[in-house]
Amino acid sequence: VIAEASRESLRTGGILLAFAAAGTALLAFTFGATRPIIAKTEEAQKLALVQQVLPPALHDNDLMRDTLELAPAPELGTPAATVAYRARLGGRPTGVALEAVAPDGYSGRIHLLIGIRADGQLAGVRVVAHRETPGLGDYIEAARSDWILGFAGKSLAGPPRQDWKVKKDGGQFDYMAGATITPRAVVKAVAKALSYHERHRDRFYGAAEARQ
Amino acid sequence: MSEYREIVENGLWKQNPGLVQLLGLCPTLAVTSTVVNGVSLGLATALVMAGSSGAVAAVRNFVPAEIRIPVFILIIAVLVTVIQLTMNAYMLGLYQVLGIFVPLIVVNCIVLGRAEAFASRNPVLPAVLDGFVMGLGLTIALALLGGLREIAGRGTLLSGLDLALGEWAGDWVIHVIPGYKGFLVAMLPPGAFIGLGLLIAGHNWVTLRRARSAPRSAVAAAEA
Repeated sequence: VIAEASRESLRTGGILLAFAAAGTALLAFTFGATRPIIAKTEEAQKLALVQQVLPPALHDNDLMRDTLELAPAPELGTPAATVAYRARLGGRPTGVALEAVAPDGYSGRIHLLIGIRADGQLAGVRVVAHRETPGLGDYIEAARSDWILGFAGKSLAGPPRQDWKVKKDGGQFDYMAGATITPRAVVKAVAKALSYHERHRDRFYGAAEARQ
Repeated sequence: MSEYREIVENGLWKQNPGLVQLLGLCPTLAVTSTVVNGVSLGLATALVMAGSSGAVAAVRNFVPAEIRIPVFILIIAVLVTVIQLTMNAYMLGLYQVLGIFVPLIVVNCIVLGRAEAFASRNPVLPAVLDGFVMGLGLTIALALLGGLREIAGRGTLLSGLDLALGEWAGDWVIHVIPGYKGFLVAMLPPGAFIGLGLLIAGHNWVTLRRARSAPRSAVAAAEA
């Protein structure tokens, strides 16, 4: 009887194993078939995003191939190394796109991509990922409102550093009623990224010019 | 033919997963802040349910009872992952809108529920229909709830359609109440609970009215 029972369990286990093997094979096949396409669409999306914060007038180089690795920096809020994309016009560096993280959003981190011209002016800011309340804090997405577009053209020279706050806190930046924490975090992170950019000009532009 | 009719009627009305069975409430409540989000997740779920119910029905005679639950979960997980990878490859926008809720279809109990309650006891064709129609019933519930919350919360309908279909659909947003300031509660989780409660009440009301009028009309028919 025991032998029969164990034979039965063995058979059952075998069936389970067969299903697991078939499932794994199907997944491996799908993963292999979609991986190059996913990599391609994700890079295309990344490029489209970088181009939003570094307008075409600012560069004629291949942004995806002209990158710089940045060590994690408290000013950028980045917990791990990130990639910076350099814009050049005729070989001359004209700006850089940085990844930054606002750690204090309403629901955790807000990931930003910040395009800064060589003169310290913001070329554009976009939200890459966030978990803010849908329909409430998500107006920081360019797809949902124009709020994030308001950063373009601003720099630490104007408005002055102490005015880099939302209007509710006495600063110069708009916010929408009901969601103040979200824009407050973004404004703070952008200002910090701008001062990071100021302090590391040599790294972004000096090194690039030296390589020419 | 009446068997199929009953399956359709069960999925869409009598046993509607969102309004009667109340299975898989987590995504129901979480993604229904707009019509587009609700419908997208509903359709993805319907696709998974049609596929998983079909597969479960096809293998139902080879799977011993003791391991049927792990096998069903395996089938569902494989299907969801295949759909997730496909969406990631070909519909990146939609994939990013739905985010974590696509992989979470695996643990949506309505999917396993139909595999266990229906597909494991029926042939492939009715099982596929049952899975799909149940998913469709869920989709309709999600669309109604999403519409309710979107109108009450932002005064629009179909916002975010461009994220699902591409930029050309961006102009399709309907501003039902122009200049509407928004009603916060409707967009937050409490709004989902209140909205679902209203929909369930509406469903019950219609069901009760039908039940009350049915015998009377039968009597009337007999008298006439």
